[in-house]
Amino acid sequence: MRDPMSPYRSAPYHSGLRGRPVAPGAVTGPLVRLAAPAAPAAAAAGAGLDFAAARAAAALELEALIAAAGAGPAADVVAFQRELIDDDSLIGAVEARIGAGEPALAAWCGVLDGEIGALAQAEDEVFRSRTADLVDLRDRVAGHLAGVTASHPDLPAHAVVHADDLMPSRFLAIDWDAAGGIALGQGSAASHVAMLARARAVPMVVGLGSIGFGPGGLDDGETVTLDGDAGLLTRAAPGTPHGRRAAAAAAPDLAALGHGAAVTADGIKVETHINIVSLADLARPEAAYADGIGLVRTEFLFADRLPGEDEQTAVYRDLLAWAAGRPVTIRTLDVGGDKPLAGVTAAGEANPALGLRGIRLSLARPEIFRVQLRALARAAVHGQLEVMFPMVAVPREFDAAAAMMQAEVEALAAAGVPARRPKLGMMVEVPSAAIAVERFAAEFYSIGSNDLTQFVLACDRSSGLVGDLFDPLDPAVLDLIQRVVAHGKALGRKVALCGELAADPTGLAALIACGLRQVSVPPAALARARAAIVRHRRAGPGRYGD
Amino acid sequence: MTATASAAVKDPLGLHARPSVALVKLAKSFQAAIEISAGDTGAWVPAKNLMQVMKVKAGAGAILSFRAEGPDAGAAVAALKRLVEADFAGGDDA
Repeated sequence: MRDPMSPYRSAPYHSGLRGRPVAPGAVTGPLVRLAAPAAPAAAAAGAGLDFAAARAAAALELEALIAAAGAGPAADVVAFQRELIDDDSLIGAVEARIGAGEPALAAWCGVLDGEIGALAQAEDEVFRSRTADLVDLRDRVAGHLAGVTASHPDLPAHAVVHADDLMPSRFLAIDWDAAGGIALGQGSAASHVAMLARARAVPMVVGLGSIGFGPGGLDDGETVTLDGDAGLLTRAAPGTPHGRRAAAAAAPDLAALGHGAAVTADGIKVETHINIVSLADLARPEAAYADGIGLVRTEFLFADRLPGEDEQTAVYRDLLAWAAGRPVTIRTLDVGGDKPLAGVTAAGEANPALGLRGIRLSLARPEIFRVQLRALARAAVHGQLEVMFPMVAVPREFDAAAAMMQAEVEALAAAGVPARRPKLGMMVEVPSAAIAVERFAAEFYSIGSNDLTQFVLACDRSSGLVGDLFDPLDPAVLDLIQRVVAHGKALGRKVALCGELAADPTGLAALIACGLRQVSVPPAALARARAAIVRHRRAGPGRYGD
Repeated sequence: MTATASAAVKDPLGLHARPSVALVKLAKSFQAAIEISAGDTGAWVPAKNLMQVMKVKAGAGAILSFRAEGPDAGAAVAALKRLVEADFAGGDDA
């Protein structure tokens, strides 16, 4: 499983680049760079239209695109830009600058760049990803102002186009029946282009980093395979035929896969649970096929205020009622780090990822934590409730939290309130918890693969500079996962893993090889995970016991 | 006349692009001056202005409030409330 020659990437699993899959399917074809459009401000001025005419021309083009798109996501994407071009605040600001003597092109780009800069700072990815739409509109109008017409490259069949990012109107200008897939160095799963790619069944992967150089770097023109299910861009073996494979995610039909633990082709049972971030997730049709709820992120209850004990109890009871006997694993409040909560989390920490967060914060704020523990104990009499603590690093944290739960259960009993101590477990996401897992008295373990990977590799996945080091399949991470699984097996304690890793066929194969038999994924990934399990067959003689 | 109304955003992605466009288009169909804000502390911004509505950054579950002034103010806030309550007439994320 090791490759000492490949310090940056897990060559045993793939050679190439790992990003985030955003549109399923795969394609093999030539890698083609989409050159960024010429910066409009640098284009020759004077040949173009005045502002009113440029706006009108852009509006007409957008309306033609809307008409061509019919009803659906492509029309919605363009309608957003069409509406923006009539926006009084934008237009007024541009006209004011033109009135003050600024050239139209500079005024337009200046105003739009200001909005783009502000939007790029948004905390929410959905809003941040709207910057691409503004850039798209800026360049369209700027082209008319500068008298430059956009050129559409002729792409070879099954081309895997790559760029740092791709604007919606460029996507719409490309003939995707001929072209193959989209590989972006940056990009976002929440972008309009990602949505368009899903709608057109064009495989797409974002966050691949620097595609052109570095270890695993790929050259333009060489034959590559883009896997929109696994999030991989790899060099194809010589002689691999070019072509497209339909989305693996389009095939799995949850109903056809049935209920209950999914079973691999070689007979290994793997339970598939769902992670939920709000009660609305339970209304999703996929949720009915889950073996249980593997992770409830209770932060949604604390979005804008501290919920009371009765309110929390009611929500936890609703979850158990929905589960109808299936297990429900609720994680206590996990804020701090990159998830601030006004009035609760500490401000001004130099290194918040390593600061007051998770169970550390709950133990520091017992008045908040005790309310949640009481609500959980009261709900526990209504179903199969399991409670776990996040970010546990040393045994005394788990022990302190468990003692607080015990005290609350006893206090409720003394007051005659029906309550029960739920099964208590912990997230394994700090390396110390995985390395010395036998020191912790938890009744079950749930591995958080994202934080564990981040801490083991000392790498912030969201950093464009080092994000390509982030690899949950790194042998060092897999060793720790295997260690936790082996410990759980020896003591008869359940071990699960929460994360998208379990919905990726490559990741799932590695996890099954590690001995893991329970995964929990977002509802949208459940079909992929169950289909990947059913297709899975161990490649060779097992190395990881079974 | 002046009128007010409020409703909670149901869409798990919040007030994103497609709902924002639907909201602005509906607001523009009324004569009244209409403003929108999110939550208890959000600033009031013009509802006929897409860039401003985007900046409200209303997430899932956020309470959107409307206030309108003009001849059709009552009809305007009632129609906007219905739009939000109907989850912007459904459809895919945009």
